[in-house]
Amino acid sequence: MAGKTLYDKLWESHVVREEADGTCLLYIDRHLMHEVTSPQAFEGLRLAVRKAWRADSIVANPDHNTPTNHWDRGIEDPISRLQVETLDANIKDFGALVYFPFKHANQGIIHVIGPENGTTLPGMTVVCGDSHTSTHGAFGALAHGIGTSEVEHVLATQTLVAKRSKRMLVKVEGSLSAGVTAKDVALAIIGKIGTAGGTGYAIEFGGSAIRALSMEGRMTLCNMAIEAGARAGIVAPDEKTFDYLKGKTYAPKGADWDKAVAYWKTLASDADAKFDAVVELDAAKIEPQVTWGTSPEQVLAVGGRVPNPAREADAQKRAGIERALQYMGLKADTPITEIKIDKVFIGSCTNSRIEDLRAAAAVAKGKQKAASVKQVLIVPGSGIVKRQAEAEGLDKVFIEAGFEWREPGCSMCLAMNADRLAAGERCASTSNRNFEGRQGAGGRTHLVSPEMAAAAAIAGHFVDIRSF
Amino acid sequence: MKPFTYLDGLVCPLDRANVDTDAIIPKQFLKSIKRSGFGPYLFDEWRYSDVGEPGMDCTHRPLKKDFVLNQKRYQGAQVLLARDNFGCGSSREHAPWAIEDYGFRVIIAPSFADIFFGNCYKNGVLPIVASAEIVDQLFRECEATKGYTLRVDLETQTVRNPAGEWFQFDITPHRKHCLLNGLDEIGLTLQHADEIKAFERKHKVAQPWLFG
Repeated sequence: MAGKTLYDKLWESHVVREEADGTCLLYIDRHLMHEVTSPQAFEGLRLAVRKAWRADSIVANPDHNTPTNHWDRGIEDPISRLQVETLDANIKDFGALVYFPFKHANQGIIHVIGPENGTTLPGMTVVCGDSHTSTHGAFGALAHGIGTSEVEHVLATQTLVAKRSKRMLVKVEGSLSAGVTAKDVALAIIGKIGTAGGTGYAIEFGGSAIRALSMEGRMTLCNMAIEAGARAGIVAPDEKTFDYLKGKTYAPKGADWDKAVAYWKTLASDADAKFDAVVELDAAKIEPQVTWGTSPEQVLAVGGRVPNPAREADAQKRAGIERALQYMGLKADTPITEIKIDKVFIGSCTNSRIEDLRAAAAVAKGKQKAASVKQVLIVPGSGIVKRQAEAEGLDKVFIEAGFEWREPGCSMCLAMNADRLAAGERCASTSNRNFEGRQGAGGRTHLVSPEMAAAAAIAGHFVDIRSF
Repeated sequence: MKPFTYLDGLVCPLDRANVDTDAIIPKQFLKSIKRSGFGPYLFDEWRYSDVGEPGMDCTHRPLKKDFVLNQKRYQGAQVLLARDNFGCGSSREHAPWAIEDYGFRVIIAPSFADIFFGNCYKNGVLPIVASAEIVDQLFRECEATKGYTLRVDLETQTVRNPAGEWFQFDITPHRKHCLLNGLDEIGLTLQHADEIKAFERKHKVAQPWLFG
């Protein structure tokens, strides 16, 4: 019998029951929550007079609607405020293991606070009403986004009704060049397999280049699995994982820690495990990436030129390129490095961790943002990240460069708060989606790494970080 | 949830691939704490030429006339014909809520994004995967024929065009059962509460650090 993949091990260790058609009840260990996708779920529980099955599985905090400046003024938009207050009230009524309300010292983006407080652990099933829940797969957890009906289902039953995904191995071997980051690896993978390439699959990331990534890098990579269409991305846990977790507030302690690590060490795909698909990339060939269109798969190496639809034979693809160029206000064949930007956003659940901020600060140190760049927002992923950055003096580097140092939150990744692009504005962004209107109606997003975003802020246009 | 049995529905063709849930329902409308009322804002940025805000009365907003949903011949459509990877991106269930609230009960496409696909079933919306060839044919017929309707029958898992040609689609028995009967999935799951509790006890012994 062939060995098992990590995904299968995680899946099988959580099956409560299985129907003849393969539909399973899957036990959920960790339920992350934010204010946007949970109110209707709690409302459903109330209407049906149901309780939360296991409140101690819940880790919650508001992040999408919270402002990133002027916290003394509270949340000025009344509709946003109501949504955040509704989460406060729901957690008060139903309970939670961890709740960081707005302005709490540890509040932040839910996908940043879960790991940094040790509430995401290897071997867990983790869900959240948020597609970027795939982030937590970096710890060897089975983690994926769910809809609000499923949020209610997990609240009421601690299970999900689900079917097993197919398994894909994305193997990246070799060493990344200086200036090439986990973000570039993620975008290069999406460029190769497309935004639907991972549909129906759980992706395990493996190979020497993945093993060499820090936990922050692995989170960036797994975070973007959903942009390749895969609900879940996973990296097998190793010593880096254990070192990251050791001593975290909710990580196991004492004898439990030793027992946990012994178990976690079994969480790897067997050498003879069979995958339904295998994709291989050579790390040395991956260059800094910049998206040019309105889908993350519309991505190029920084040395490339905006595609010319005339050279696309497929009519539907040609129409897609034309539509994207029109929306993005770009001419075919323009070198990426000649694209001028109006704003820069460094933050989001993809790239707002301490390592991301250090990388951006290293680029910005002693330099000034270009006069043509209207705004550079640096939004740390959590209060803990913010304090760490300030202890290292990164905030001063940013402020001296003319960047804005903000309070933590999702901010301009999806622009539900006041941080957004105006129509026609072009942004170098470390977030995860360049969809039409994502960062503000009519806004134009180019996805890049923190280093590339900081360099663009200084140059006023995209530059190759390797020669910056 | 409204049960779904069969439907004779007017078809509206949305001819673009990778339609994401941000396009289906833009973020500003996600501030609502209700499940209903999203229909008027479905495809807001493609449908209106002004910027939509929650609570806006849409009856007098300026329309983008070329957008399919604004064309007279597609008013009252209940079947949305779409391209590859429909519903990609954000997990927001507000997307199927908006689609259902607008009046669509069926979406036919060559492929769907996973989370969106699952969310549809929870809201009485039937997502049907058809081959690229069939979808191409449906687009051609729909654009060529005013008042083009399809009969979608969940019991027999078939879609039939006006000429009587038909194709069969897949659905898991569990989803079919829930959709045909409009069942509350939570109620079904809670029938297995003892099994969940038994699993939980074993799980807690094996990995006590997962609890509390």
